[in-house]
Amino acid sequence: MDIPYTVEIRRDTGLTNGKIGIWLFLASEVMLFGALFASYILIRTGAPSWPHGSTILNVPLATFNTIVLIGSSVTMVMAWASLMRKDFGKFRLYMGATILLGFVFLIVKYFEYSAKFEHHLYPSTNNFLAIYFTLTGLHMLHVAGGMAVNAYFWGPGAKQWKTNPVWFTNRVEHSGLFWHFVDLVWIFLFPTLYLL
Amino acid sequence: MSSEHAIDVDDQHAVDTHHVDIDKQVKIYITVFTALMALTLITVAISYLHLPTGAAVTVALFVALVKGSLVACYFMHLIAEKKLIYAVLAITVAFFIVLLALPVLTVSDGYWIPEEHPAATAPATGGH
Amino acid sequence: MSQPGAVAAPTSHAAHEAHHEALGFWRAYVFSVDHKVIGIQYGITGLLFLFFGFSLMMLMRWNLAYPGEAVPLIGNLLGERLPGGTMPPEFYNELGAMHGTIMVFLGVVPLAVGGFGNFVLPLQIGAPDMAFPRLNMLSYWSFFLGGVTMLLSFFVPGGAAQSGWTSYAPLSIIASSGQTWWLIGMVFLITSSLLGAINFITTTIQLRAKGLTFMRFPFFVWAQFVTSFLLLLAFPPLEAAAVMQLMDRVAGTSFFLPSGLVVSGQVVQNAGGGNPLLWQHLFWFLAHPEVYVLILPAMGIVAEVIANNTRKPLWGYRSMVYSLIFLGFMSFIVWAHHMFMTGMGTAMAAFFQTTTMIISIPSVVILTALIISLWGGSIRFNTPMLFALGFLPMFGIGGLTGLPLGLNVSDIPLHDTYYVIGHFHYVVAPGTIFALFAGVYYWFPKATGRKMNETLGKIHFLGSFVCMNVVFMPMFWLGMAGVSRRLYDGGAAYDFAQPVLHLNVVSSWGAWIMALFQLPFIFNFFWSIWKGEKVGDNPWDATTIEWAAPSPPPHGNFAHVPVAHRGPYEYSVPGAARDFVPQHEA
Repeated sequence: MDIPYTVEIRRDTGLTNGKIGIWLFLASEVMLFGALFASYILIRTGAPSWPHGSTILNVPLATFNTIVLIGSSVTMVMAWASLMRKDFGKFRLYMGATILLGFVFLIVKYFEYSAKFEHHLYPSTNNFLAIYFTLTGLHMLHVAGGMAVNAYFWGPGAKQWKTNPVWFTNRVEHSGLFWHFVDLVWIFLFPTLYLL
Repeated sequence: MSSEHAIDVDDQHAVDTHHVDIDKQVKIYITVFTALMALTLITVAISYLHLPTGAAVTVALFVALVKGSLVACYFMHLIAEKKLIYAVLAITVAFFIVLLALPVLTVSDGYWIPEEHPAATAPATGGH
Repeated sequence: MSQPGAVAAPTSHAAHEAHHEALGFWRAYVFSVDHKVIGIQYGITGLLFLFFGFSLMMLMRWNLAYPGEAVPLIGNLLGERLPGGTMPPEFYNELGAMHGTIMVFLGVVPLAVGGFGNFVLPLQIGAPDMAFPRLNMLSYWSFFLGGVTMLLSFFVPGGAAQSGWTSYAPLSIIASSGQTWWLIGMVFLITSSLLGAINFITTTIQLRAKGLTFMRFPFFVWAQFVTSFLLLLAFPPLEAAAVMQLMDRVAGTSFFLPSGLVVSGQVVQNAGGGNPLLWQHLFWFLAHPEVYVLILPAMGIVAEVIANNTRKPLWGYRSMVYSLIFLGFMSFIVWAHHMFMTGMGTAMAAFFQTTTMIISIPSVVILTALIISLWGGSIRFNTPMLFALGFLPMFGIGGLTGLPLGLNVSDIPLHDTYYVIGHFHYVVAPGTIFALFAGVYYWFPKATGRKMNETLGKIHFLGSFVCMNVVFMPMFWLGMAGVSRRLYDGGAAYDFAQPVLHLNVVSSWGAWIMALFQLPFIFNFFWSIWKGEKVGDNPWDATTIEWAAPSPPPHGNFAHVPVAHRGPYEYSVPGAARDFVPQHEA
């Protein structure tokens, strides 16, 4: 059965179902990370002292990671732009780059985390580390999730380009919106945890 | 048979009439990327100045807001989105601000709890 | 490309069965993506959980009425959980925490939103299904997994969660492993609701029929629409909080553990520096909008049943809609009225008290409009209407008794007493649950093609109505006398409570007798599926679009794509041939 407005837009809203769906999901994600930021504010303002991020965390490494993630946002939007230009080959390239950069991000985080554990710095050590691991951990899960979806569109899902290119392009766009959101969260996470 | 009040929502072939000029978009993406790189380096550089907390938070948040807006407006194409999406996001942002601001206000001594009030002098669960 | 939803819908039973056989049993009935199947799955699962949660409470009520006495009948069946057949406080606390959790998250919301929302919403807006059918299926199974997790938690060492449905820190942090299961269960349930909310909102906006403008929506559709926004935006903070509580319990963090916490004479070895109030804020940020999630679909159902059985349009439809929207918005800024006793300053207490008083206004508008809608109506007292009528004064009592709780000074003596329990149960039990019963009797014919038995329905209603009041009215007196909630002996250990303890016995017998009056309903429900009076597509002579579909509707719902030509409640239109003009009729 065909559900209307899956591929074509509804005139009076100007939107497809998927576009609305992904933005609604992102709205819920804003509230999810919002709760963690609210927790950060409450805990930090209630603490007798709070370390400056740079005294515990590796700022240069995280700066590198920030650049990596922002870069992956560009390659993501270029992947969608390539589909809009009907260039499937370029899509494959840019999407592949996005996934790769995602991997780099995760690997850097792996090194960050293991360095902490080696120095016996765990979430249980103090509240700064607790909120650091929780915020970055949840963010990391989102990066991984986004990568999985992107990998699907790069790999097995890509055959839809032949059968329904418009829908495929839209779905890549929606996946991109999620990926940009993950980048957006990091843009706030990074200064909050590392630079303040 | 349609009534006078029916809106023509039925056009199965309607496409997004906001003609996306892809080449122009790509130029914008590159510009935004450059700006984001610069702002990242700026915010990191400023952090090394170790400004007093109030100023540091304000500056860092401001830069983050600018960066975030660029990602949202251009990568996520929010600058040309439909009213419905704006409405949903406006509501979300309002509640986001409520969630961030109100809890800390309920435990803030000195302003939200008047000085003469017993709670201000009693050991607080939070506050500066 | 075909017209939306214009499937050559086979209305014959044989063709319907043939289609199902093409799908296979599992895809047709278990992992179905059809909103009607999913709605029924949610509905039946929700009803089962409601009865299970009710059973937990019936067990609790034994110890409240006869503290320390051996539980009859099943006292020996629960082994060491009831040593000597008597109920220890830990077990009572398990029952209490799980009763609340199950009723709210596994019973009422899945039935009201997952069940009625899924089944009725697409039909009422003339859609072929939900916007995202596979997401809908995922929603149900996520809920199912959450339910299984919650049930299994009874069997872990230490038993199920026992820190109240509110799971306050630090008690919940040091509690036994059942609490961890509770948290994991909540993550599944929250995920289910989020996915459902995305589906409902998108479907309502995008898949409504031609001519169905927002101000022509049945009130039920508006109610589900606003409810979905509440679920979408209020649940995520609780999900984050659940993750943090899991971290505190499993990873040794101290998000909610203050410094210097001493438990049973031992100093807790965690880092400390956390804030128990942080949990309360994040919990109530969800839990307050959650109570509106509990009531809004109920108001939606009552509105439909009242319009239909008064044979006249709802009075004040526009005011009701604006009130709904305003209520939804306000529900996000009142939550700390649950925290008046936590030491917040007068400025913030005044803020939350004010917003709480303001939020009572739209509720009153909606209730008043529903009552005025009865005026001058040709009222048909069938079972759905009886439950809808019963809802009105019960919700009135529930709402009015909330007022002293919302004012922070009068809340001081009432907070955490039985007064609160009386207040919220009036709203949810003879309030929402009555509306849900009304919905079951009302839409049963659409789902099955048969009506439920009226006599059994009236017995169900009368018995339930009387018993609800017997159970919950005494609680106001108990609370005003100062008896705290969550006491496993109902206050028996306290001198000041002695004069009112007999009220516990009254409530308990009310509850046990109420259980008996549910038997006609359970029997009626299942018997009618096969033996109920067969009816046509529109046995209630209703105007809304769901009645244009066959009973039960086939895949794709409508043989011809409906178009809305008028408002939803064109009853008793002067000059019309019949006393109702359906919304979709040309």
